Amino acid sequence: MSAITANPSPASSPPHRPHENYLNANYGIRSWLFTTDHKRIALLYLFSVTIYFAMGGFFAMLIRLQLLTPEGFLVGPDTYDRLFTMHGVMMIFFFLIPSIPAVLGNFLIPLMIGAKDLAFPKLNLLSWYIFNIGAIFTIYSIVTGGVDTGWTFYTPYSSIYSNSQVSAAVIGIFITGFSSILTGLNFIVTIHTMRAPGMTWWRLPIFVWSHYATSIIFILGTPVLAITLVMVAAERLLHVGVFDPRLGGDPLLFQHLFWFYSHPAVYIMILPAMGVTTEIIATFARKNLYGYKAVAIASLGIAAIGFLVWAHHMFVAGISIYAAMVFSLLSYLVAIPSAVKVFNWTATLYRGSVSWQTPMLYALGFIGLFVMGGMTGLFLASIGADVHVHDTYFVIAHFHYIMVGGAVMGYLGGLHYWWPKITGRMYPEMLSRAAAIVLFVGFNLTFFPQFILGYLGMPRRYATYPPEFQVLNVFSTAGASILGLGYLLPICYFIWSMRYGPIASSNPWPATGLEWQTSSPPPTENFETTPVVTWEPYDFEHRPDLGLPKPERARPAPLEAPGLEAGD
Amino acid sequence: MQDSQEHAAREQHAPEHIVPIKTYALICATLLVLTFVTYSVAFVDLGPLNVVVAIVIACVKATLVVLFFMHAAYAPRRTRLVILAGIVWMFLLLGLTLADYLTRFLPR
Amino acid sequence: MERTGALFGHFRDLDQQRETASLGMWVFLMTEVMFFGGLFLAYTVYRWKYHDAFAAASRELDVTMGALNTGVLILSSFTMALAVWASQMRKRNLLCIFLIATMLLGAAFLTVKGFEYAQKFEHHLVPGYNYDFPGPEAEAQHAEIFFALYFLMTGMHAVHMIIGEGMLLILLIYAWKGHFTGDYRAPIENGGLYWHFVDIVWIFLFPLLYLIDLHH
Repeated sequence: MSAITANPSPASSPPHRPHENYLNANYGIRSWLFTTDHKRIALLYLFSVTIYFAMGGFFAMLIRLQLLTPEGFLVGPDTYDRLFTMHGVMMIFFFLIPSIPAVLGNFLIPLMIGAKDLAFPKLNLLSWYIFNIGAIFTIYSIVTGGVDTGWTFYTPYSSIYSNSQVSAAVIGIFITGFSSILTGLNFIVTIHTMRAPGMTWWRLPIFVWSHYATSIIFILGTPVLAITLVMVAAERLLHVGVFDPRLGGDPLLFQHLFWFYSHPAVYIMILPAMGVTTEIIATFARKNLYGYKAVAIASLGIAAIGFLVWAHHMFVAGISIYAAMVFSLLSYLVAIPSAVKVFNWTATLYRGSVSWQTPMLYALGFIGLFVMGGMTGLFLASIGADVHVHDTYFVIAHFHYIMVGGAVMGYLGGLHYWWPKITGRMYPEMLSRAAAIVLFVGFNLTFFPQFILGYLGMPRRYATYPPEFQVLNVFSTAGASILGLGYLLPICYFIWSMRYGPIASSNPWPATGLEWQTSSPPPTENFETTPVVTWEPYDFEHRPDLGLPKPERARPAPLEAPGLEAGD
Repeated sequence: MQDSQEHAAREQHAPEHIVPIKTYALICATLLVLTFVTYSVAFVDLGPLNVVVAIVIACVKATLVVLFFMHAAYAPRRTRLVILAGIVWMFLLLGLTLADYLTRFLPR
Repeated sequence: MERTGALFGHFRDLDQQRETASLGMWVFLMTEVMFFGGLFLAYTVYRWKYHDAFAAASRELDVTMGALNTGVLILSSFTMALAVWASQMRKRNLLCIFLIATMLLGAAFLTVKGFEYAQKFEHHLVPGYNYDFPGPEAEAQHAEIFFALYFLMTGMHAVHMIIGEGMLLILLIYAWKGHFTGDYRAPIENGGLYWHFVDIVWIFLFPLLYLIDLHH
């Protein structure tokens, strides 16, 4: 069996299974389905999102198979429309949006702030049920023929003319939206009112700041999508409509309403991953986060400015050119806080004591791929460039770099990083490093060719394409199969580790957060006694309890005049 | 209890405030009067000001309900921040969308 | 985690519990602001685009009924505030009386609304059903958007009121059993917040839907 921990910390107790923890406190399916323990609810979510991820991935596989040949051998255009729609719907609403917040956020936030649970534990459980009820409606729409409108449900096609299962799908997404809203509500209130003594705002881990910012988006954005979907359903089912052009309705009104949520939604998907990355970088550079306050404020900045850019999805839809210029400028602005974060991660790595465990591989992969995705977003924010690449594979590559190269890598990195805390077990290190590399290679092979395809003019959402694009499409499909293998590996070894993995200590890395001060896995009430916080976050230098050797970096020459003691 | 008091002090703790019935009655009466005003003014031709007056009166009524019936006047600062955020965000939705509509067909 | 008396187990003390409940309710109400906000946006856009058709359509509404209903709802907010007061003063019977009064006023509002809806059906003003607006075709079409928004906005408001009535009934039952005249009064206070919010939505709906260009 592989080594238990890469950095044994003598100061923490030797690895042992605590007598009672949240996993063995109760047995039986009812103790799980009626739990109000945030940690168990997090695992319920882990189970659900993995299933929905597999569904979305299945549709992706069919898409990539279809696109192996220019004429497409697998499906016709009507079916293809349903494939990319269901791929988008499942991945966005049922995987990406909940993944990190509902799994890692639910599990970790009370631990990180020193609380016994979230503010509203029963709402938390309700949120999981609502999530799955919404999924049932959406799955119903899939098995009864699917939806062909694209995940963007543009009117009046979705509200009047489409002959697919739009109503069931929008009802499903509407319901699931409340799951998001309840999660965001829980997080905001918890972070405000339930911090342990000494846990001031400026001592919160960036993971918590990121989720606070994400929760603001959940609260202020999701309801707008909800009412918009109500309007679509009302027009479709009751013919009580405001989008019908025959009555003078404006299709662009739907797009404004839809993108008011759906753009901030992408920040819902990336902010938590940035929080995860921050935690991992600090721990595996074993160094204080550079510019902590800037990173915290940048999280809020991304959430706030992210609400002001939505019409960049509508540059060619017919909006006012003056409004377009304003939205273009704002879209450039929103890149700034993201860049602040990237610079601060880099500065944290500089002269750090860097090690290469699996979470670090994911975090580093995140930074590189997020930067590529983010910068190509700036191409799209330029109206002139957007006119050429809108609705091409350039856009698809752009958002997959951020969503998959960014958010999913962040999710996997976080799962690996906190796996010992969640399960009390370690995963096999060498195999997990290999999987991370396989994922990275497969991902780039899948999506980099799509930048080129888009630039060359291949449009998105088409079941066929001109023959000159085939080579790049074949590369992309080949990459997708490698990517798929990469996802399969963690599923397998994580399950394996729950029974056969080496037992983990309470702080295997070691890391500085409060969650590492309790056992792995934690007891149901999280802490034996309410912690009192006196440390600053990521302060590796002043944490003797972590048992770390004194850092050996070359210290710069003291600036004081000779003869004075170099203060410590 | 002591650390919760410190915690509370730091968090602008608002001890429970009981609003007297007289205040509620006064606010209720004001709201009813304002309703009558807005109804009556609607029949007077003020041109474009009609809708302005109607919205302003509605905002005043809403403010009274929020401050006194919903106790926002006695709530901690963070509650008022939350309220402000919601109102501001709705105006962001309205404002930026109207920025498109109002400038779509401007003469070049 | 177990509950001891009024205190739920994951909280440190009653003050933290009360502040948490209140903040939670306010955050939820802000989601409701954004929820209705989408409808207000649609309304604003189309009223700007089709002002005259909206004015003509609005004249089909009974302004006096709308104004009286507004008064009814304001009174119900008053009685709800009194219910919160009664619970703070630990007066169980008064609390129940005020809750019942609020429910009755709310029911009166919904009854009037029901009459108004019935009138719309009679006058062929229901989009997608039997819609037949007197006037030139373009104006009739734009007016149909007004009525769609009328039903969507007042309908969504009515749904919230019905949920509120259900909530009040549950509060009444527990209030009668004495649950809310002790240390734990959050449900009454937060129920009050919800009810007042629904009142505020109507405070805006009334002038926007009923009072367009009445002087013509």
